[in-house]
Amino acid sequence: MASAESQGWRQKLSRLDVKLSPYIYISPFFILFAVLGLFPLAYTFWVSMHNWNLIGGQGAFVGFDNYTHVIGQEFFWRGMRNTFSIFILSGVTQTLAALALAAVLNQNIRAKTFWRMGVLLPFVIAPVAVGVIFSKMFADQSGLINGMLAWFSIDPVKWHAGVLESHVAIATMVNFRWTGYVTLIFLAAMQAIPSELYEAALLDGANRMRQFVSITIPMLRPTIIFVVITATIGGLQIFDEPRVFDQSGLGGSDRQWMTVTMYIYELGWGSQKSFGRAAAVSWILFLIIILVGVLNFWITQRISSGDSKKVEKAAATKEVAA
Amino acid sequence: MRTGAQRRPLFGQFLAVTLAAGTLVACGGGSSSPSSSATTDPKAPVTLTVATFNEFGYDELIKEYMAANPNVKVEHKKAATANEARDNLNTRLAAGSGLSDIEAVEVDWLAELKQYPDQFVDLNSDSVKGRWVEWKTAQATTTDGKLIGYGTDIGPEAICYRADLFKAAGLPSDRAEVAKALGTSWDDYFALGEQFKAKSKVPWMESAGAVYNAMVNQLPNAYEDKDGKIIAGENAEVKALYDKVLAASAKGLSAHLAQWSDDWTGSFQRDGFATMMCPSWMLGVIEGNAAKVTGWDIANTFPGGGGNWGGSFLTVPTQGKNHDAAKRLADWLTAPEQQIKAFKSKGTFPSQVQALSSADLTGTTNAFFNGAPTGQIFSERAKAVTVAPFKGPKYSGINDAMQQAIGRVDIDKTDDAASSWEKFLTAIKALG
Repeated sequence: MASAESQGWRQKLSRLDVKLSPYIYISPFFILFAVLGLFPLAYTFWVSMHNWNLIGGQGAFVGFDNYTHVIGQEFFWRGMRNTFSIFILSGVTQTLAALALAAVLNQNIRAKTFWRMGVLLPFVIAPVAVGVIFSKMFADQSGLINGMLAWFSIDPVKWHAGVLESHVAIATMVNFRWTGYVTLIFLAAMQAIPSELYEAALLDGANRMRQFVSITIPMLRPTIIFVVITATIGGLQIFDEPRVFDQSGLGGSDRQWMTVTMYIYELGWGSQKSFGRAAAVSWILFLIIILVGVLNFWITQRISSGDSKKVEKAAATKEVAA
Repeated sequence: MRTGAQRRPLFGQFLAVTLAAGTLVACGGGSSSPSSSATTDPKAPVTLTVATFNEFGYDELIKEYMAANPNVKVEHKKAATANEARDNLNTRLAAGSGLSDIEAVEVDWLAELKQYPDQFVDLNSDSVKGRWVEWKTAQATTTDGKLIGYGTDIGPEAICYRADLFKAAGLPSDRAEVAKALGTSWDDYFALGEQFKAKSKVPWMESAGAVYNAMVNQLPNAYEDKDGKIIAGENAEVKALYDKVLAASAKGLSAHLAQWSDDWTGSFQRDGFATMMCPSWMLGVIEGNAAKVTGWDIANTFPGGGGNWGGSFLTVPTQGKNHDAAKRLADWLTAPEQQIKAFKSKGTFPSQVQALSSADLTGTTNAFFNGAPTGQIFSERAKAVTVAPFKGPKYSGINDAMQQAIGRVDIDKTDDAASSWEKFLTAIKALG
C-alpha cells in the first residue's frame, strides 16, 4: 500500500518534471530579460509620466505632458532628421559595401585569411581611438582631408558647420567601424550556399554578375534581414560617434549632427536634468525603432522573395533533369 | 599643471586643489565646532572617505593629517575626470546613499546643488570666517546664508599674449606696457585689437565665444534675476555684449576657433591668435599646446574688471555619518597653510586671502612665459574680482545656448547675428 502510494507520488513528480523542466531550462533568459529589459522599459514609461529630476527624483504626475512638450521642440525634430540621415548614409553604404567585399573575399584569392582578418581590424580598434583619429582628419581648418583637397585646389569642406557634411563625416566613422563586421557575417552566409547552384547556373551560361544577383542575394535573404534589422536598431541609437565629433558634445552650434539619443542625454543629464522628458523621448524612439524594424522586415522580404522562388524552382528542375 | 591636457568644454579642467590648513581644529580644544552631539568627540576613532577628481594635490596632506590625528583614518578616492565625479555625485545624491564623507565639486555644479541645500551640511563656522576671497565664499553660499562648500582653488584671469607678434605689429611688447595699452574696458581691448590687425595678419583673439564668456562673468545677473526668473532674452546688457563681441568678430579680430577643438589646439603651433583670456590653470594648457613656440607672456590686467574661470570646493553631504569629523578635515584641508603646499606640489591656485599674499606664492615665476611673476600677477588678479555672478539652476543651459548662438555666427558662419539671436530665444524657451 505504502509503496503504491509512493509510486503514485513518483509518477506525479516525473510527469511534472516532463511538463515543467523545459520551462525551467529556458527561464534564465526570460528572468534576465524581465529584470534587464522589461522592467526598465516599464519603469521608463512610469518616469516619463512624471516631472522627474536627476537629483531631486520623482515629482508630480503629469500624464503625457512630457511627450507633448518634447514633440513641440524644434531640437527634437532636428534630432530625428539627423538620426535618420546618418542612419541611411551609414546603413545603406555599409550594407552594400559589405556585400561587395564579402563577394570578393568569397573568391579564390591568395592569402584569404589575411584579407578576412584585415576587414575585421577596424572593429577591434577602441572607438575612442577611432574618434581621435577621425577628428584630426575632419578638422575644418587643419584637417588631413581638407589638406588633401587643397592640393587639388578644392575649397575646404566645413565638416563641423554644414548639415550634410557633418553627417557624411560621422557616417564615415560608423562605416569604418562596422563594415568589416557585417562583411564577415555575409561571408559566412555565402560559404553556406551550396556550390551546385553555381555549377548549374554556370552550365546555363550565367555570368558572375548574374549568379550574384540571382543566386547569392536571394540565398542571403535571411542574413540580409538580420543585418538590416540589427543595423536599424543600432543606427537609430547612434550616440558615440556624433557625441565625440566636437568638444562640447551637443551636436553642433546649430545642432547640425545632434541625434535623438544625444537629445535624450542632454535632457536627462545636461542642464535640464529632466528624466521625465528624457524618458518620454526614449519611449518615442523605442516605438519608432519597432516601426522601422517592421517596415524593414517587410521590405527586405519582398525585395528578394520573388527571385529566390525562381532560383529554387530552377535548381529543382536541374536536379530532376540530372 | 598638466591637467589641461584633458580637454573639457566650458570649464576648466580642473581645479584643483587644496589646501591646507591650519587651524587644526581637530586637535586643539580651541575652536570647538558649533554642532554638538554624541559624535563630536574629536578623539573617537573614525574612518573618513574623501572623493576628488583630477589632481587636488591631497595625497601628502592626507598622510600628514592622519599622522597628526592617529584616531582618524582617511580613504581617498580619486576620479579620473570631473565628469565622472559629477555623474557619481548626481547618481548617489538621487539614490540617497553611497557618497563619501567629503565630496569635491566644481564651481559649475553648484547652481544645481544649491537647489538641494538639505543634502549638504552647513559648513559655516568661526574658524573659517574671512578665510577666502569674498566672491569665492559667495559662490558656495545659498540665498538663505548656508555655506555648502569650503573653497579650494580658483582660476583668476589675466590676458596672455604673444609678445613677438605684438612687437612685429609695432605695439609695445613689455608686459607692463602691454597691460597699460590693453586699458581697462572691453572697448579698449577691441580697439587695441584693431590697431594690431592693421599691422598683422594674425587674428587678435581665439574666438568670440571665449571672450564673451569672460565678459558675461562680470555681470551680477546676466540670465536670471535674484528670484531665478529667466531674463536672458530681455536683458539689454547681455544683448549688448553679444553685439559687441560679434561686431569685433565681423571686423576680423577673431580666429574663429572653437575652444578645445582640434583646430584650436593645432593653432598654437601656427600663430593662430595673438591674445587669449587666461585663467591661472590655462598656463599649463598653453605651454602644452604651444611647446617650442616662444613669445608667450602675461599682462597683469583684465578688461572690464577682474574675472574668474573655474575653481572647486569641498562639501560634506548629509547622507554621511561623520559630519563633524568630515567638517574638521575639510576645514584643515582648505586652510591657507595646506593650500600653499598643494600649490607647490600641483600648481593649484589658492582661494584663501592669506595664501594669496604668501611669499611662496608671490615669488613664483614661469619660465615659459618669459619669466613672468605668475604668482604675483594671479594673486592681484584674484583680488581684482569684484562681482560674484548669480548663477541659478538654468544658468549653464542658457550659457550653452548663448555659446552656440555666437558659434553659429563666429565659427560656423551659418547665421548672421540677428537670426542667430532669434534661435537663441527659441532655445532658452525650451529650457522652461
